[in-house]
Amino acid sequence: MTLPTDPARDHPFVIGLPVALQDMLMAAGRRVVLPAGRRVFNEGDPADRFYLLLSGHVALETHVPTRGTVRFLSLHADDVLGVSWLVPPYRYGFDATAIEDTDALAIDAPRIRTACDADPALGYILMQRLMPVMTGRLRTARLQSLDLFTRPPGREVV
Amino acid sequence: MSPDAAALGVPTAGAVPRDAMTPVVTEVLRAIPEIADTSTLILARPPGFTYRPGQFTMLYAFGVGEAAISISGDPEDEAHLVQTIRAVGATSRALVSLTPGAAIGVRGPYGTGWPVEACRGRDVVVVAGGLGLAPLRPVIAHIRRRRDTIGKVTLVVGARSPDLLLYRDELAVWGRWGDMIVIPTVDSAGPTWGGAIGLVTDRLNGVARNPGQTVAYLCGPEVMMRFTADALNRMGVPGDRIWLSLERNMKCAIGHCGHCQYGPAFLCKEGPVFSYAACSRWLTVREV
Repeated sequence: MTLPTDPARDHPFVIGLPVALQDMLMAAGRRVVLPAGRRVFNEGDPADRFYLLLSGHVALETHVPTRGTVRFLSLHADDVLGVSWLVPPYRYGFDATAIEDTDALAIDAPRIRTACDADPALGYILMQRLMPVMTGRLRTARLQSLDLFTRPPGREVV
Repeated sequence: MSPDAAALGVPTAGAVPRDAMTPVVTEVLRAIPEIADTSTLILARPPGFTYRPGQFTMLYAFGVGEAAISISGDPEDEAHLVQTIRAVGATSRALVSLTPGAAIGVRGPYGTGWPVEACRGRDVVVVAGGLGLAPLRPVIAHIRRRRDTIGKVTLVVGARSPDLLLYRDELAVWGRWGDMIVIPTVDSAGPTWGGAIGLVTDRLNGVARNPGQTVAYLCGPEVMMRFTADALNRMGVPGDRIWLSLERNMKCAIGHCGHCQYGPAFLCKEGPVFSYAACSRWLTVREV
């Protein structure tokens, strides 16, 4: 299902970008609705799209032998889904499944990569937008790995 | 008194009341299993016992010992004293194993409690992690009773996994009331979990539509509170309207034994609730 693209200009990833870059993203993007339960991409698939989420939410997940599917992060309105398109070999690192009907702008990643390669200044601006996304994900992953809800060993207990 | 002590609201030491260490005996009316190692005891409220949201008691399992336990019920329910306990050691295990009809000792209430009066006319953000929701449940009860005087209310609750979400059934009820946004989030989940996954700080976008007129109450792992308070403060919520409930080992509960010392304060007496403005410098001091 394809919808008009304009609301995506209000996405935090887009707001404040040079107009020409906004136009380029909109031109490379397509409004999509990801129905609840839809697999958006699979681990290992070519990372040919990234998504600016406008509503709904999507879970990142992976399969763990003996545990089955494990969901470890959900992405919601104002989030960016998919950063693997930036890094060779340009394949998604995990599975993604829409948990509820999700409205998004699906952006043609190879097209943006080509534009960034041709114009490093443009690539730098986009990188400045993506770095906070990636460092935020890294911080979340680090804090999750600390397992803060487990009582620290050695602390006096009564 | 040092300036640090004054900032944390430390009063001058007073004499120990004659009966300060003597528990009142009351009865367990109900025991409700919660998550894995955690139960809620509903006790007969001792006569004359009043408390404010965020205060705690010392519960005595006779013959075993005492433990500091947050009060997790509605302060305006005059018949009951509700306490949620996680079994982590000998005393708390003994408390969790009490059954209806059992006798239990109660001292208190102790501590400063949440400044819930600050809710009036403002938006409220409540952020809980793990068992931290227990001392915040009285805040929810307070808000519920005064809902028409309070602005937007958002509750963000974090847990390691869906089965470790405290009061999970109540969370669903609170969400259905329609006048409070309830956002449970977990570190990881199986495919049947349809809620949020990630940190509580990842779910704070948009919670403070008017940061200058927002108050926040935080309770959970100290690192979680540190990051959450910082995030809210960066959004513009004033540091003196973000409150955290800190945890240290409490023994006497009246500020004399020193077990719960936190910088210049004793948490049992001057805390456990502090404003972020007052305690932020101590949150990063490793020796505290």
